[in-house]
Amino acid sequence: MTRVTRFATRDPGPAARMAGFMAHLRGNGLRLGVGEAELALQALTHVQAANPAQARLALRAVLTGCAEDAARFDDLFDGYWMNGGRVVTGAAPRVGANSPHVHSSRTAPDGQASAGGGGDAAAPDNGEGEAEADGEGRLIAITRQSRAKLDLRDLVTPEDVAEAEAVARRLGAALRDRRSRRRKAAKTKGDRPDFRRIMRHSLATGGEPMRILKRRRPDRPVKLVSLCDVSGSMRLYAQVYLAFVAGLMRCDPTADAYLFHTRLVRITDALRDRDAMRAMGRMSLMADGFGGGSRIGASLDLFARTYARRFVDGRTVVLILSDGYDTDPHEAIGAAMQRLKRRGCRVIWLNPLKGWRDYAPVAGGMAAALPHVDLFCPANTLADLAALEPELMRL
Amino acid sequence: MDHIALQTALKGHGYVASDDLAMAIHLALALGRPLLLEGAAGVGKTEVARVLARQQDTRLIRLQCYEGLDAAQSIYEWNYQKQLLSIRAAADRGATEGAEARIFSEDFLLERPLLAAIRQDKSPVLLVDEIDRADEEFEAYLLEMLSDYQVTVPELGTITATSRPIVILTANGTRDLSDALRRRCLYAYVGYPDRATELQILNARCPQVSAALAGQIVGFVQTLRKEPLDKVPGIAETLDFAAALIGLGIADLTSNPATLQAAMATLLKTESDRFNITTEVIQRIAGQAA
Repeated sequence: MTRVTRFATRDPGPAARMAGFMAHLRGNGLRLGVGEAELALQALTHVQAANPAQARLALRAVLTGCAEDAARFDDLFDGYWMNGGRVVTGAAPRVGANSPHVHSSRTAPDGQASAGGGGDAAAPDNGEGEAEADGEGRLIAITRQSRAKLDLRDLVTPEDVAEAEAVARRLGAALRDRRSRRRKAAKTKGDRPDFRRIMRHSLATGGEPMRILKRRRPDRPVKLVSLCDVSGSMRLYAQVYLAFVAGLMRCDPTADAYLFHTRLVRITDALRDRDAMRAMGRMSLMADGFGGGSRIGASLDLFARTYARRFVDGRTVVLILSDGYDTDPHEAIGAAMQRLKRRGCRVIWLNPLKGWRDYAPVAGGMAAALPHVDLFCPANTLADLAALEPELMRL
Repeated sequence: MDHIALQTALKGHGYVASDDLAMAIHLALALGRPLLLEGAAGVGKTEVARVLARQQDTRLIRLQCYEGLDAAQSIYEWNYQKQLLSIRAAADRGATEGAEARIFSEDFLLERPLLAAIRQDKSPVLLVDEIDRADEEFEAYLLEMLSDYQVTVPELGTITATSRPIVILTANGTRDLSDALRRRCLYAYVGYPDRATELQILNARCPQVSAALAGQIVGFVQTLRKEPLDKVPGIAETLDFAAALIGLGIADLTSNPATLQAAMATLLKTESDRFNITTEVIQRIAGQAA
């Protein structure tokens, strides 16, 4: 392990090897661009690049950007530069075809996203599916009726969506206003004098400040992101929630929505369809596997690592609709929630079971998530959701 | 100067830097890039900037971040009172001509840390402390300044840097920083030190502590960090603890349980930690450390 990798003699040189190393890091999930490659080469000119210990320290400082990457870096460095003296041919990188904006749980980094046997029956097989992939997949047979092909249009009627839309609009409004701490020039009213503008205007009147202009704290819109659990245990409630999410999407152009069961699916674009029923139809195509098991931890983790980086910030409220029954170890939920909270968002968890008498969040997953949740509420019906309004006002 | 020399130089100023950190600082200086330091509170992130300023014999300019920090507090602001007085004085003299050019001149500009940092004769160390407390808008200002090293004042024009500051940003994970900011910076994670490093730090900062007691203190704190605590004591706490023990006249940790208990105020900073780490636990840890 401590022996330095040998490169093929026809290899074009150190720059190409560095490019290969960058590709290796990118392949392992570090987000690095051409700028970093250039900087890394520059950095190596300032140290003894032939000394592995120094090169390692220098590249770590340049190529990592957060504590996690820094912790993984040593292994990645060893994997490329210290592979025990084996010859590496073709160190130059190959171009990957993955778009950075589409995150599929089938290519999730933990490599176990498809362990539940939830293959994608609706998508054309492109030769990279389960059957072709080698790994430790398990084939699971169940005797229960499969609801994998269930059409959401059977569950949700247009009236439901219309009603849910009204509720969603009210909830959206309740969450809307969050006052910024920053002040900006006010048109009329404000709480602080805007000296800069007063001064400018006073010049016209010989230094006499005739008009007192103000600065105010503007209201900043809050963005709503909803994550809806559609696993088997949630089947009864999913109907209400999906109608609600559909309603939310139709009344709020900035909202964002996802479904998860054993996989995470972004349904924002599908739900923006102007025809409510067609939207539900498109969603049920995407929600293939609806009513199966749930992998909340893995789904939330994937969300926190990928979509959340783009869509979730300090002015976002994340709405999770789930009963917290997870087939994964529940530590995963806690870790994923913590990661999500680090984006600075507020998290509301709506749990249908909380409406039951004597309910206690004893399910491991729910208990692990609770410390990271800002508001934990029951919600079985649209009426329950509507009743959330005052709670959300206070948040 | 390579990173080993820098490490030695920093040590001369009382800062024991790990190889990682020394290399990151060395590259930040060599490449002229900002350096982002992350780590728990009290592991010496801010101290890096102070010591580096001393080692480079230059000024330290510090900007403490908070939510809602804006351009008026971080870059520049006009001195409104002075402007107002000047206009009135000019009006009294009847010399209103050219008032605008006069009051929007350098004399009336109050420079805040970011502007001050690019207008020094000698490259200062600019410490942007706890950047994760500021909001995204401020990150955007900062990005602009870190890439161009210039500031535009609408009334005055663009002020370009006379010297590029050595920029150190610190964060302790209140929120995720944007990828754009992380990309512009070199990165080092400052963790809790191991036993040998902490002993070196203690010897460098509190030379009056005897070798035997120093060993005990470091052993004690290292063991205490393994306990399930809300707030794990950092190096700053270790140094306070050592100072407290010196002040209380303790030469051996096991000698006086009551006094040791009193000195724990420097290490345990939350109520639940005080409650969970009982006198018995303290005695057990002290016994192990001795």
